[in-house]
Amino acid sequence: MVNIIWAGLAAIGIIYALFNGTMDQVNEAIFSGAEEAVALTITLVSVLVFWLGMMRIAEEAGLLKKLANLFRPIFKYLFPEIPPNHPAMGYILSNFSSNIFGLGNAATPFGIKAMQSMKELNGNKTEASRSMITFLALNTSSVTLIPTTIIAIRMKYDSIAPTEIVGATIIATMISTIGALLIDRYFYYRRKRSLS
Amino acid sequence: MLVQISNMIIPLLILTVLLYGTFKKVPTYETFVEGGKEGVKMAVSLLPFLLGMIVSITIFRASGALDAFVGLLEPVLSIFHVPSDIVPLALTRPISGTASLGVATDIIQHEGPDSFLGKLASVMQGSTDTTLYVLTVYFGAVQIKKMGDALKVGLLADFVGITASLVICYLIFS
Repeated sequence: MVNIIWAGLAAIGIIYALFNGTMDQVNEAIFSGAEEAVALTITLVSVLVFWLGMMRIAEEAGLLKKLANLFRPIFKYLFPEIPPNHPAMGYILSNFSSNIFGLGNAATPFGIKAMQSMKELNGNKTEASRSMITFLALNTSSVTLIPTTIIAIRMKYDSIAPTEIVGATIIATMISTIGALLIDRYFYYRRKRSLS
Repeated sequence: MLVQISNMIIPLLILTVLLYGTFKKVPTYETFVEGGKEGVKMAVSLLPFLLGMIVSITIFRASGALDAFVGLLEPVLSIFHVPSDIVPLALTRPISGTASLGVATDIIQHEGPDSFLGKLASVMQGSTDTTLYVLTVYFGAVQIKKMGDALKVGLLADFVGITASLVICYLIFS
């Protein structure tokens, strides 16, 4: 599926440019896109090194386990395939809490660690496990309580009430998260039915 | 007030980790460096995944195909009272975070942050995340080849989120 989307986006773009006379822009896009990716990776290096370093300390000190214990009752239902005391649960919770506070930067390293441990739990297969899909659903729907970037943009354009949208954003986020989890469950039961 | 609180979260988090680690006799600096090394490897292995996806999306956008696609859908969406100015944002949100942030900024700048459209754009941008980016980074980092239903689940969740922000903004702000 991702192969089709990937090749499709580029192919449609190039074919469209043939008829639309925008080949110059496409030529430019190939290089500017690649440069953008490298710039993004460099940003990621700084963020990943810092937060993975911090997280290692938290892990060694036992903080991650404490966090996992705190939220275990809820996440036990969301991730039934992960043993409650497994480090994966701690990583998932760290990712989730960073997202809640709008720390997207910190959330990514935690999320990657979570994916690694879920892969180990799944016998290192290259196939996405049930827990991984649930985790991704949780992340794509986003659980931000304080949308910092958008507040900053609203302030920049002289909003009288930059934080006015926070309440509406929280409600919308909650609905999309609940929706994502329901959709995820639906697909899981559909997969299970087709297997049996 | 809210912005001040969120400014304090990261430093306080770091403070907690460092104090707790020292208290538990963890060799903090050495442990930090050990963990950080992993970050370098991770970022380098992510580069090809990000580069491939971003180039493809940039071609699609630069050719004008994205705009054409948006134009094609506009009449359908106007039946459901979706303001046409918001359509590009709703469609780019799941595909590209930078593109959708650009679109949202544009709407906020031109319509004003306190207009209905400005608020709608803010809520829409804030309430979902970029599915394609999340999938690329997380599955790329651990070399997952078969994504299963993840893409379908993510895109459907985006649809729910976008619809929800539209309905909520109509209820609260208009």
